[in-house]
Amino acid sequence: MKALRNYLDKIKPHFREGGKFEKLHSTFDAFETFLFVPDKTTFRGSHIRDAIDMKRTMSVVIMAMMPALLFGIWNTGYQHFLSTGQQAGFWQMIGYGLQKVIPIVAVSYIAGLGVEFVFAQIRKHEVNEGYLVSGMLIPLVMPVDIPLWMVAVASIFAVIIGKEAFGGTGMNVFNPALLARAFIFFAYPAKITGDTIWIGGLSKGDGVIDGFSGATPLSKAASGAIDQIPSLHDLFFGFIPGSIGETSKLAILIGAAILIITGIGSWRIMLSGLLGGLTITLIFNAFAANSYMTLSPLTQLLMGSFLFGMVYMATDPVTAAQTNRGKWIYGFLAGFFAIMIRVFNPAYPEGTMLAILLMNAFAPLIDHFVVEANIRKRLKRSTTVVKS
Amino acid sequence: MSDPNIVKDREPLFSTKILKLLKNPFNLENPITVQVLGICSALAVTVQLKPAIVMALSVTIVTAFSNLIISALRNTIPSRIRIIVQLAVVAALVIIVDQLLKAFVYDVSKKLSVFVGLIITNCILMGRLEAFAMGNKPWPSFVDGIGNGLGYGLILVIVAFVRELLGSGKFFGIPVIPKIFYQWGYMDNGLMILPPMALITIGIIIWVQRSRTRELQEK
Repeated sequence: MKALRNYLDKIKPHFREGGKFEKLHSTFDAFETFLFVPDKTTFRGSHIRDAIDMKRTMSVVIMAMMPALLFGIWNTGYQHFLSTGQQAGFWQMIGYGLQKVIPIVAVSYIAGLGVEFVFAQIRKHEVNEGYLVSGMLIPLVMPVDIPLWMVAVASIFAVIIGKEAFGGTGMNVFNPALLARAFIFFAYPAKITGDTIWIGGLSKGDGVIDGFSGATPLSKAASGAIDQIPSLHDLFFGFIPGSIGETSKLAILIGAAILIITGIGSWRIMLSGLLGGLTITLIFNAFAANSYMTLSPLTQLLMGSFLFGMVYMATDPVTAAQTNRGKWIYGFLAGFFAIMIRVFNPAYPEGTMLAILLMNAFAPLIDHFVVEANIRKRLKRSTTVVKS
Repeated sequence: MSDPNIVKDREPLFSTKILKLLKNPFNLENPITVQVLGICSALAVTVQLKPAIVMALSVTIVTAFSNLIISALRNTIPSRIRIIVQLAVVAALVIIVDQLLKAFVYDVSKKLSVFVGLIITNCILMGRLEAFAMGNKPWPSFVDGIGNGLGYGLILVIVAFVRELLGSGKFFGIPVIPKIFYQWGYMDNGLMILPPMALITIGIIIWVQRSRTRELQEK
């Protein structure tokens, strides 16, 4: 550690004004603050002082995603060997999973951070931290067999159109990781929907055992085969095909616990999201017009990316509602629409992505009305006091 | 009617002022990227290059001639009914253009479908008629119409080029992306065919234009 610090101090003057690499100042700054907590403090004015800064906040979110990522790596291998009918040990599965997942993570980071660094240089500001989280979320919401260049294109699109066009981290209207997924969903639908893309190697069809179907629980439910939906046990622990990080609800709940304990993710959004999903499922149960509507609330909530979206995506502090009452409304509607889109629209097997993006667009409006309502309430209170 | 900027004496046919009328719509006064007019048709007809170019030409012709006619009539039109007079002129021109398209390029005309007819409601036309032709002589008005039509067309062509190339791998309907790319796993971008991507493409053009031109940056 000390050697690293000394080395950084040694090369620092080159990046200062007038130094050899003056233009790469923001790049240096990004790496330095990534490695060490910055020692700069503000001298004037009132500022909220907190023990952690943005980069440390982001690191906690990354840590919260680790269970889902690690399980995703194992599950990638598990599903692959299940599809080929081979016997494989734990490490073999991990090995296969690593070989599939790590390139996606690497491409997402290189492409997205590349754009971030370029923009930081052009605009002469610090490199934004936000992509640390988005870069990890993007692989977690992709199917394993996604072509790597699509991940790169989607990451670049999400950073440029989703973030830089609005002014960088903290200014974006939509969650960049969801935007990346939505981009692939509409641009290259063949690679992100269907039954064969969720398991490594299945789309190429090498050595697949007879009668094996890579269909996700959602596509089984959408096609009316609800008796084929895996057991609640499998849904909860995640021994099912699906996007890399979304399958294990246990891993997601561990992540949710980390986010809630550290106070970084909003428990209001997570809870109200669950309530929203529960409400619409109970309404569906009451009507029970088709077999999809008769699914129990627990199955509905454990299928697909519902929990993943509510825990990691909807709670994004930038794109979610800011006021506490707004968070309840925002989360509730996100959960509500997620299940509704999934059940009503056969073209969209999963509704979480679209529901959260929709609510992202409405979050400022919700906040506006919450604030207005509060102002009116207080105004009323003060005027009554004056009258009496 | 007496605009101090318009010189009353005879001036050369292509004075700097006239040339400016022709040139400005390409950058500083572009109807789409600066005035943000005519967006609907820009989103609708830019999936392929050919319809986009035909549309651009149609709009140019209609703007130029409606500007010319309204400018010639400007002193006789009662101002209370000027909009309806303008509409009558524009509608007549649009019908002529529509019939010509149907007669000579039927397939393109079918692709453009209602959007040729909707030139009547194109904001660029009404904007130019109200803002320019009603207060200027026929010749500058005519040039102004051509300039604005071509400025509109320029953006249309850029957007259509990007969308056709990335959306269906073609250039004027001819496949230009080598087959080997597809074998390597390249795929056409389905989002490019959908209208949202046209909006985003126009947004990127506006972004680039504004960051390059100092006059357009808001303080």
